[in-house]
Amino acid sequence: MADQTVDAKGLNCPLPILRAKKALQSLGAGGTIEVLATDPGSVKDFQAFCRTTGNELVESSTEGNVFRFVLRKAG
Amino acid sequence: MAEAGSERRAKRMSIIVTKGTLDWAYPPFILATTAAAMGLDVTMFFTFYGLPLLLRKLDLQLSPLGNPAMKMPMAGMHMGMPNIASMIPGVDSAASAMMNQLMRKKGVATIEDLRGLAVESGVRMIACQMTMDLFDYTLKDMIEGPELGGAATYIDVATQSEINLFI
Repeated sequence: MADQTVDAKGLNCPLPILRAKKALQSLGAGGTIEVLATDPGSVKDFQAFCRTTGNELVESSTEGNVFRFVLRKAG
Repeated sequence: MAEAGSERRAKRMSIIVTKGTLDWAYPPFILATTAAAMGLDVTMFFTFYGLPLLLRKLDLQLSPLGNPAMKMPMAGMHMGMPNIASMIPGVDSAASAMMNQLMRKKGVATIEDLRGLAVESGVRMIACQMTMDLFDYTLKDMIEGPELGGAATYIDVATQSEINLFI
């Protein structure tokens, strides 16, 4: 289980990323968040966000029309 | 000592913000907040019609006049507005209200929200001194945070930034 869940369903770019960033800030290194989003652009955006920031994209999956991402904060 | 010098600094991005209509206010604030979230140091330089985006109270409008690319989803199709109709008083505010409603429905953040997030995430904001003088604004009219500066201040920032945008 992730340390925190960010419900970004119904929100459009760039809000899912901004909400995720806010949640990551409250965690220590190695902490994990789960992000739920319905914005189809978020799939590529979370890959890019993690590539640039060094946070790890542990999981990226789709359930129905909801995208689920698990991120681990960089050490 | 050598270690400190070789430590990688955060990448930097600057944006010159020149437009203050409801539609054009989005790209700079979306990019600034996202870049800040991705660890970049961001500076926004507000000049000419971009400057009023720093006013405490925003009432952003857009105009379909002279904008043939503006086609709003309506009744299952996309409708534009001929210039002759766009000229009628009240059309701008009606189009702006329609755009605001559409954005709410689609989960798009308001400019006020994005601007607040930009300030919160430490985006540096510079208000163009010359534009302030030209349009009779003072820092008292503006939100907390912006500093005053001119072209040289911006160029100094730009020479140290990996990404420089003009919007």
